[in-house]
Amino acid sequence: MKKITSKGLSPYRKNEIISYGIAILGFAVISVLRSLGMVSSSLQGQLVPICAYVIMAVSLNLVVGISGELSLGHAGFMSVGAYTGIVVSGIMGTMGAADPVRFFAAVIAGALAAGVAGFLIGIPVLRLRGDYLAIVTLAFGEIIKNIMNIVYAGIDENGFHISTKSDYGLSAEGRMLLNGPMGATQVDRISTFFYGFILVMVTLFVVQNILNSRQGRAIMACRDNRIASESIGLNVMKNKLMAFTVSSALAGMGGVLFGLNYSTLLPIKFNFNTSILILVFVVLGGLGNIWGSMIAAIVLTVLPEALRQFADYRMLVYAVVLIVVMIATYNPAIRSRVSAFAEKYLRRKKPDAAPAEGGAD
Amino acid sequence: MKFKFKFNPNKKRYREDLVQGPIYDTYENYDESKPSIDYAVLPEREKETAPILETRGVGIDFGGLTAVDEFTITVGPTEIAGIIGPNGAGKTTIFNLLTKVYQPTRGTFFFDGQDTRGLNTTKMSELGVARTFQNIRLFDKLTVEENVKAAMHREINYGLLSGLIHGPKYRRQEKEAHEKALQLLSIFDMQDMANYRAGSLPYGAQRRLEIVRALATEPKLLLLDEPAAGMNPSETAELMNNIRKIRDTFRIAIILIEHDMSLVMNVCEDIAVLNFGRVIAKGTPKEIQSNPAVIEAYLGKKKEAK
Ligand SMILES: Nc1ncnc2c1ncn2[C@@H]1O[C@H](COP(=O)(O)OP(=O)(O)OP(=O)(O)O)[C@@H](O)[C@H]1O
Ligand SMILES: [Mg+2]
Repeated sequence: MKKITSKGLSPYRKNEIISYGIAILGFAVISVLRSLGMVSSSLQGQLVPICAYVIMAVSLNLVVGISGELSLGHAGFMSVGAYTGIVVSGIMGTMGAADPVRFFAAVIAGALAAGVAGFLIGIPVLRLRGDYLAIVTLAFGEIIKNIMNIVYAGIDENGFHISTKSDYGLSAEGRMLLNGPMGATQVDRISTFFYGFILVMVTLFVVQNILNSRQGRAIMACRDNRIASESIGLNVMKNKLMAFTVSSALAGMGGVLFGLNYSTLLPIKFNFNTSILILVFVVLGGLGNIWGSMIAAIVLTVLPEALRQFADYRMLVYAVVLIVVMIATYNPAIRSRVSAFAEKYLRRKKPDAAPAEGGAD
Repeated sequence: MKFKFKFNPNKKRYREDLVQGPIYDTYENYDESKPSIDYAVLPEREKETAPILETRGVGIDFGGLTAVDEFTITVGPTEIAGIIGPNGAGKTTIFNLLTKVYQPTRGTFFFDGQDTRGLNTTKMSELGVARTFQNIRLFDKLTVEENVKAAMHREINYGLLSGLIHGPKYRRQEKEAHEKALQLLSIFDMQDMANYRAGSLPYGAQRRLEIVRALATEPKLLLLDEPAAGMNPSETAELMNNIRKIRDTFRIAIILIEHDMSLVMNVCEDIAVLNFGRVIAKGTPKEIQSNPAVIEAYLGKKKEAK
C-alpha cells in the first residue's frame, strides 16, 4: 500500500487551543488580580454570570452556528437547569451535604433535566425549518418560563413538596425552594468563580470534542447541505436533535451556575430578552466560532457595567458599540481588508499555507 | 437461457402506506416466465447474473408535467451504463427517483433484489446507492477529508459518548478512517488537499471530491450526474480513465449522465437515450450512434437552439 501523507495541521487544533487558552488565561489573571485585591467589587459580582453566559453562548453556538438552526428559546433551557439545580441544592442542603457535593449534584441534575426538555421539545420543533423553527423555539422558551411561574416547591419534615398551587401544605419550619412567580427564594449562594471556570472548561471540552468527531461532522454536513447529507445516508433529523439536546443540557448546566449565584431568582429573568442576548453573543462572536462566542459573551457582559459612569447614555453607547462591531465583522469589504492585513503581517513567513479554519465562519 | 432473479415475497421492507399511485408492475404479479432481460440494457458478460438495478415502468409527474414516464431499464452489477438526452429530458429526475429524493408516481424499481417502494434517501444509501449532483453539493465549510469521512458509516460508528470523550474506539476508528479517506482521495490525486475547505476548491476538484465522497459510502451503484461538466478535454480524458478504474477496483455498477458524447461513447457499455421523459432508444454505443430516433432527437434539439 502506498504511504500517503497530507499537508497541514488539523484545522480544529488552533481554535481549540485558543478557546482553552482564553478560559485558562482569564481564570489565571483574574485569580491573581483577586489575590492582590485589584478586582473592583462590581466586576467581582459579575465573574460567575460571565462564566454562565460564556456557557450559554458556546452551547447556543452548537445549535445556531454548528447545526445551523436559529433557536430563540435558549433561556428556557437555562431556567430548567437553574430551578432544577436550586431544588436539588436546597434538598441536599437540608440533608447537610458539603457545598461542592451539592453544587455538582445540582449541575448534573440541571443538565439532565434541561437535556430531557431539549430532547422532547426538539422532536416537534426540528421538523420545522428556518423562520418557523425560530418562532416555535421562541414560543417554547416562553412556555417554559410560564411553567416555572406556577411551580411551588419546598421541603419540610414530611419530605419534598411540589405543586402548582401556592397553598401546598408546607409546614412552618419547612424551607421554601420555589415560590411561583416570586421564583426561587432563600437560595444558598454556592456558585463560585472556580466552579464557573470548571463548567466553562467542561462546556468547551464537550462542544469542541463533538465538533471534531463523527457526530460533529454529521451535524455540520446536515447544515451545509441537507440533500447531500441524506444522499450519503445521514439522518438529518437525528443529527439536529442530537445537537439540540446536547446544547440544551449544557444550557441547563449554565443555568445551575447562574441560579446558585443569587439568593433570589425570578422566572422573568429567563424571558425572551435573555435568549436574544445570548443569540447576540453568538452572532457577534461569529457563527460556529467557539472562542468568538466566549469573547463576545465576556465583553458584552462587562460592557454595560463598565459604561455605568455614562449613566443615561449607557444603553445608547452599548447599542452603538454593537452596531459598529456588527458592521466591522460582517461587512465583506472591511473583513477582506482585515484578513488581507493579517495575511500580510502575520502569515508572511508561510505563503503556501492556507488550510481551512475549522468550523469557524 | 434462464434468468436467475428471485424475489422473496416475505421480505416486505417497504411501508405499504407510503406507496403512491398505481403500481405499474408489482412483484405480486411478477411473472418469472417473462424475462426482465427483454427490456434490459445489459452487457453481454452480465446476462447471466442478477442485475443490481431493475426499474419497472417508473414515472413521475410534477403537477401536470410528466417529467419521466415508462422508465424501464436493467443494470448489471459491474456495468457502466449511460443516460443521455437533450436538456430537460428528465435525466436528473431519474437520479432523484433512484435515490428517492422523489417517490415515483408510477412503477417501482428493485435494487439488489429488493423492492424499494416506501424507502427514503437515507435508506437507499444504506442499501448501496450513492450519487453526485449536477449542481455540486459539497459540505462547503468542512474540509476535503471531513467531506469524505462524513460518508464513511461503515468504518466510523462509535457512539456519542466515544465522540465526546475521544476514547480509544474513537482514536482507532478515526485513524483508520483518516488513512482510508486519503486512499480514496488518492484515486484522483487529491490527498494533498485533505485539509483544504471543500468550498475553496477549484470547480474540477469539487466534482472529483463529490465522486470520492460517494465512493466512501461503499456503494454498489454509483450515479454520476454530468461528472465532466466544466472540465477541460484533458481533465475529461483523465476522468474517463478514472471511471473505468473505479469500476474495476471496486467492482460496482456506474450510471452516468453526460452531455460529452466522446466520454459517453468511450466509457459506457450500454446507453439509454431519453427524450421528453421517455426512453427512445437503448443499446450499445454503436447501436445508439446509428439510431435514427436518436439522431432526430439531437438534431431537432439543435435546430431549436439555433
Ligand atoms: N421538482 C420539480 N418540480 C417541477 N418540475 C420539475 C422538478 N424537477 C424537474 N422538473 C422538470 O422535469 C423536467 C426534467 O428535468 P431534469 O432536471 O430531470 O432534466 P435533465 O435531463 O437533467 O436536464 P439537464 O440536461 O438540463 O440537466 C424539466 O422539465 C424540469 O423542469
Ligand atoms: Mg440534469
